Amino acid sequence: MSHRDPNRPGVPENGPRPQEPIDSDVDLHIPQHVRELRRTPGAVLAAIAVGGACGAVARHGMDVWFSRDPGDFAWATFLVNLSGCLLIGVLMVVVTQVVPHSRLLRPFLGVGLLGGYTTFSTHIVDAQLMLTAAEPDAAGALLFLAANVVGGLAAAWIGVALTERVLRRPIAAVAARQRGGQT
Amino acid sequence: MMVVLIALGGAVGAVARYLVDRFVQARHDSVFPWGTHVANVLACLLFGFVAALGLPPWLFTLLAVGFLGALSTYSTFAYETLRLAQNRARLLALANVAASVTAGLGAAVLGTALADTV
Repeated sequence: MSHRDPNRPGVPENGPRPQEPIDSDVDLHIPQHVRELRRTPGAVLAAIAVGGACGAVARHGMDVWFSRDPGDFAWATFLVNLSGCLLIGVLMVVVTQVVPHSRLLRPFLGVGLLGGYTTFSTHIVDAQLMLTAAEPDAAGALLFLAANVVGGLAAAWIGVALTERVLRRPIAAVAARQRGGQT
Repeated sequence: MMVVLIALGGAVGAVARYLVDRFVQARHDSVFPWGTHVANVLACLLFGFVAALGLPPWLFTLLAVGFLGALSTYSTFAYETLRLAQNRARLLALANVAASVTAGLGAAVLGTALADTV
């Protein structure tokens, strides 16, 4: 698989930081992601598996902590997704701008831990349960879905912005080193 | 015991998401995150199916809480949407949210209906 056309639609040629993926799990527009499975398949898949196991258990812990009746607002799922989105923002700044040559950090923490911790399917089924409960609550289901989207997006944005601010010195140092390496 | 089943399901689910994502992405060249979309909608379909089967608790925990919970992801979905919006692809960001939620709900309802017919 070769490196894709950088002038892909939707992303301007001189857009912000083209080496940052759109898909944080794996983005085949990023050469490093294309190579990782070929170079060290065992290590990458093992990192994802261990991360996924830990993430799923942590999500279950939150579920037990915030036990509720089916059809109620699923606070556990909401808080899991909110915190996971904040942390993916933090992680992706670190992975792309602070330690760009790390091999297993994104597979372990991003694909595995945060991917296994947060859940799309449970949040959809939580909403479905609100819609099909003995007393259907369409407004509640809509509110729950909207809260996840708006809260998750805001959390991811805050995670990125806050980390870029806190780590601006190391980020600038890495950027300068990369520019130096290219000339 | 439950924790072991969830860990096992979570490990397999996360690896499956990564491989499904790569498989789908290798077959198209747009910026729209089809790989994550497919993993998430597939997980919703199977969750609806599994939840309606009335499985013994240990099997439901392994499959739904562990495997399907980890096959789907919210963090990646949110990060992609944010990146699309920041890359001046606002329409794609909006489409990603609308398509994921509606297709996810539709898939869960379809999965439930399928389980009721078998």
